[in-house]
Amino acid sequence: MRILPKHLLNAWVERLRIDHRVVAPRESHGQYIFDEITSADELVLDYHSSVLPPKKYFLPPREDLFTFNAKTMEMSPVIEEIEPTVIMALHTCDLHAIQLLDRIQGTGHVDQHYQARRRKTALVSIECMQPCMDQAFCKSLGTLSVPEQFDVHLTDLGDRYAVDVGSDAGEALIRGMGFFWKPSDTDYDRFNEVMAGKWPNFDYRLDCDVTDLPNLLGASHDSTLWDEIGERCLSCGQCTKVCPTCYCFDVVDEIDLKLEKGKRVRVWDSCLLEKFAVVAGGHDFRNSRANRLRHRFMRKGKYQLEAYGLLGCVGCGRCALSCPAHITPIATLNTLNERRQASPGESA
Amino acid sequence: MTTLLRETLDHSSIYMPTPARIVAVEQFTELEKWFHLELPSGFTIAHQPGQFVEVSVLGIGEAPISICSSPARSNGAFELCVRRVGKLTEALHRLEPGSMIGVRGPFGHGFPIDRFQGKDIVFVAGGLGLAPLRSLITEVLDERGKYGRVALLYGARTPNDFLFPADLKAWAERGDIECHVTVDRPTDGWDGHVGVITTLLPKIDFPARNTIATVVGPPVMYKFVLQDLLAKGIAEGNIWLSFERQMKCGVGKCGHCQMHHIYTCQTGPVLSYAEVKDLEEALS
Repeated sequence: MRILPKHLLNAWVERLRIDHRVVAPRESHGQYIFDEITSADELVLDYHSSVLPPKKYFLPPREDLFTFNAKTMEMSPVIEEIEPTVIMALHTCDLHAIQLLDRIQGTGHVDQHYQARRRKTALVSIECMQPCMDQAFCKSLGTLSVPEQFDVHLTDLGDRYAVDVGSDAGEALIRGMGFFWKPSDTDYDRFNEVMAGKWPNFDYRLDCDVTDLPNLLGASHDSTLWDEIGERCLSCGQCTKVCPTCYCFDVVDEIDLKLEKGKRVRVWDSCLLEKFAVVAGGHDFRNSRANRLRHRFMRKGKYQLEAYGLLGCVGCGRCALSCPAHITPIATLNTLNERRQASPGESA
Repeated sequence: MTTLLRETLDHSSIYMPTPARIVAVEQFTELEKWFHLELPSGFTIAHQPGQFVEVSVLGIGEAPISICSSPARSNGAFELCVRRVGKLTEALHRLEPGSMIGVRGPFGHGFPIDRFQGKDIVFVAGGLGLAPLRSLITEVLDERGKYGRVALLYGARTPNDFLFPADLKAWAERGDIECHVTVDRPTDGWDGHVGVITTLLPKIDFPARNTIATVVGPPVMYKFVLQDLLAKGIAEGNIWLSFERQMKCGVGKCGHCQMHHIYTCQTGPVLSYAEVKDLEEALS
């Protein structure tokens, strides 16, 4: 552990800005967004959730994959080489989400476009002391503490931050800067006191244990709840856009009017949208809103865990906040749990 | 020789295809064409029967298509049988010999042919399902001595919809593969079997034990064929199915082909019934 006095935070951030693009939460139209800051004064550390999660820095809403000449068949990959970047003040839920994205994009055939951006990005996270918004349920999903993925992690001790370094990249961000002090015994005591004091500030909002989620969802495949919330779902895909762990994409070609030069582009897609699972010939493997919604919930609470060893939901609450039909993960999962208990052994 | 997969993975973007030349095209039916393709010199396709490649027409898009030729005979060449059903396949059908397309792959898992040795094999093909199975059938027939009894059950909508007519004729004449074909709707002059594909199953009298069934066809066919194969007593782990899903990336990233925790493009497209029977979405 090291100590960063609060009055030196801005000086550190300005120092980082000399050789990094620094991205941080900042206010915009009454909400918070992750954006490049042009001065340390723009940085906000006590923000509630951001509109979009930081995944946009690794998987942009739209990105070129390669350019081509359709006549000559010349092709050239587009791997964006970003400048060294620091993302500041990530909540731990978003860090857990990046952990999942890292695992998925790095498993099997590696996605080099993701890797190129990720390699150049250091993550500075911050310990959450209070729930950021009503919809968040991070404590229930075990994402209220920092995962291994962090480079630098800050814990607010009042007039100073406790600073943990999680990687060589993190060490490089603080080494030789002169802003960081050695902790005293009092700092360790204060740190433990602050940490112990934070847990009761958060409610455990899931009615079952998080380790029971895959079982709950497995038993709820034929639940009538999917039809009920499917009736309300607008298939707008908003939940997947704001989700820090959603990464599905569509691929489209763009070509000039002479049908020669073009590029292949990928854009965010959503399993909630119609036609997401339609195959050539027209068969739709998830042809109702209920089926698509169920797929999303299964994916978050069961499938991703089975495939990658990590839950697909980090409890950030963004989908609940943004859903125009007020479909929320907590209400959905707790209703499934209620119905399972009402008729044990049967499908909820 | 470099394999196409090695080349695909060596590209600095996994999404960038390798050019391939169309050397011959044959029209099978109104909707289906057979493409003979050639990779650049020094490359080999090196696929497992049942695997697919992502096929690009630059400027139009990309789609997953099963390889229908035999791995052993392929060398730098390979074949695709393509039904004209969408934007990409329409563009493909317009291409003449000499045209270039892009290919990535082969991806996923095909039929685990090593496990088929010494067993009786029943191929069950519905419509375009014969395309991926032809890759396997050719491979099995080329090494006929490794297997027990071999039978093909093939169903098409009408007698005008049969694919690979030259192969069907050659297989029927060989004598070491039992061939049964059926059509849903006969045309004038058809004196063969009429009925859905399951009506052919009683024609084969293999003992259920030690028999492999490989099933490829339209989604609607699977449920009924599975019922009958299981009723016949064929073991769940010996029934191999190929799953059609929208595989936009082929590398387990885009999410479109996911059924339950499985990315069909990676774990599949060929999976055993034992692997999928508890996945409600797979066979619905």
